[in-house]
Amino acid sequence: MTPIIQVRELCNRFGDNVVHLGLDLDLRRREILGVVGGSGTGKSVLLRSIVGLHRPTYGQIRIFGENLLTLSPPERSKLEQRFGVLFQGGALFTSLNLQENVAIPLMEHIGLPRAEAEKLARVKLALTGLPASAARKYPSELSGGMVKRASLARALALDPEILFLDEPTAGLDPIGAAAFDQLLVTLRNALGLTVFLVTHDLDTLYATCDRVAVLSQQRVIIADTLERVAANPDPWIQDYFQGPRGRAASQAADNDRANPHGDGN
Amino acid sequence: MQHGAARQDTSVLPNTTPGSVSFNHGALAITGDWTLSGYQAIGQQLSRLPPDARKPGTLDLTNLGQIDTAGASLLADFLGPDLLEDFVESDPVLHRDTAALLQIVARSLGQWKEQDIAEIPALTRWLSQIGERVQSLGLLLWQLLGFMGQTLATLFRVLPHPGRWRVTPFVAAVQDTGLNALPIVALLTFLVGAVVAFLGATVLQDFGATIYTVNLVAFSFLREFGVLLAAILLAGRTASSFTAHIGAMKVNEELDAIRTLGLNPVELLVLPRVLAMMVSLPILTFVGMIAGMVGGALVCVLSLDISLNQFLAIVERDIALRHFLVGLCKAPVFAFLIAVIGCLEGFKVGGSAQSVGEHTTSSVVQSIFTVILLDAIAALFFMEMGW
Repeated sequence: MTPIIQVRELCNRFGDNVVHLGLDLDLRRREILGVVGGSGTGKSVLLRSIVGLHRPTYGQIRIFGENLLTLSPPERSKLEQRFGVLFQGGALFTSLNLQENVAIPLMEHIGLPRAEAEKLARVKLALTGLPASAARKYPSELSGGMVKRASLARALALDPEILFLDEPTAGLDPIGAAAFDQLLVTLRNALGLTVFLVTHDLDTLYATCDRVAVLSQQRVIIADTLERVAANPDPWIQDYFQGPRGRAASQAADNDRANPHGDGN
Repeated sequence: MQHGAARQDTSVLPNTTPGSVSFNHGALAITGDWTLSGYQAIGQQLSRLPPDARKPGTLDLTNLGQIDTAGASLLADFLGPDLLEDFVESDPVLHRDTAALLQIVARSLGQWKEQDIAEIPALTRWLSQIGERVQSLGLLLWQLLGFMGQTLATLFRVLPHPGRWRVTPFVAAVQDTGLNALPIVALLTFLVGAVVAFLGATVLQDFGATIYTVNLVAFSFLREFGVLLAAILLAGRTASSFTAHIGAMKVNEELDAIRTLGLNPVELLVLPRVLAMMVSLPILTFVGMIAGMVGGALVCVLSLDISLNQFLAIVERDIALRHFLVGLCKAPVFAFLIAVIGCLEGFKVGGSAQSVGEHTTSSVVQSIFTVILLDAIAALFFMEMGW
């Protein structure tokens, strides 16, 4: 099966600072790929390169077999509608309320009238677990967790095939983060999403990811299932997965598997 | 558009059949692709169905192609979340992923209670808007006076302690608000000076009193135009920058950080700016007066046959020093008001980017309004006093 995203020989350089050098990565259909790495290893730069916000110094990135940067603007826009991005800070439009935030792409790209777009937007908000009272609120009136959910709803607005998430659980309380993890898996199963997940959260890795890619030494040193990655002898990986937090998360995941609670919602 | 859920597993056929719905003998049949691209067409089909189609005996999903959340929400909306969930649960052949999608949409819609927004009559709304405006105007004045007091109180608290004077930000602000604004103020007043001289000459020519153009230019620039033009320029240039800067800091929670570090934002951010403005504006006013008179003199020399010596002699003979002082003494007051309004609007910024824009506009409008209003009052006062 051809991968849905193919990154080959990616190089990113900012002045003298080389972030990526010969980075290869595949994203397969319907998988949740977790991307981890220390601070400053270029996880967010990788995400921005893939979605076309950053022009790589060198290298090739193909989404659905196409190179975003060489497409004409209308073709690019069409391709961009097939993926959704959740930015680290949420990046909701602060001057619009939540349902307008989600309705914008529906009105612009599908041409729905405002009333219908907002109705559909409320469905998306409901899907991400937000209460009805939040639909007419503005981002500044919401908690961090609600902002994350609302921006997930916006990322899902056009029913994309790929979802890019940049640290979705950062800044959430553990209960909210766990709920977000479950939501992610449920949506992936129901909507058939492919998810590219940049995270520092070990619990999220254990709870959601099918594969984990480790960014270190300017490239992806391993991209495989969690067990195999955790067994890799690389010192950084060992520190990461065998440190106190890594062990706690691993145990929690084992316990969860032993006695699963709920049916995924 | 292609959608993962059904597409992946049913087959590889990329051809899409538009979604449709039919109702026969109590059975609701769903066919084709129920996706976002067909959202409106399917919605119209659904609205044309008879009312008893909302309570069908069976729901036939065997010919359903792709479905996404948009299609699922249409179905959930039409049948009601509970009924849809019942059908999905009792459907033995439905694909697992499709069932999961329909269920999650139905379930989240079931939990979602639409809120009613009470309609307010137009007259009441109109009246309440007037009330809100008046109230906000009063609040604006109240806050401005309070903030001026706070600034002055902070100033007098800091003044006896030279260790707490913020010299570097003060000098930086003087450079930004004064030095960097110098060329534009000089150019602007020079041009206005030339225009005033031309206007004066045109009117006074009829009375054979062209020579009084000199008095007109000198009078107007020393008493009014020098300070007014400089102040209006700074209101547009500097008040807006103060508001945007402090407002962006507020959005970024930097102001809260300053407070939690035990520091005083008024002392740290407002005082250096206010003091810098109070130094800059008098200097700019002086430059404006000179540049305006140079502009007037140039017109006099080039097109009115008044020599430069004559111009200077008339100024020296007719224009008393008090006119210069009357003009200059207004500058620090204007500067204080412009800076305080600019900073206060910055502090009032809410959590959004739009709010930064609104308050920046508001600070420019308010400061220009205040400057012109105060100048008019001052002109009346000085005239009555005979100064």
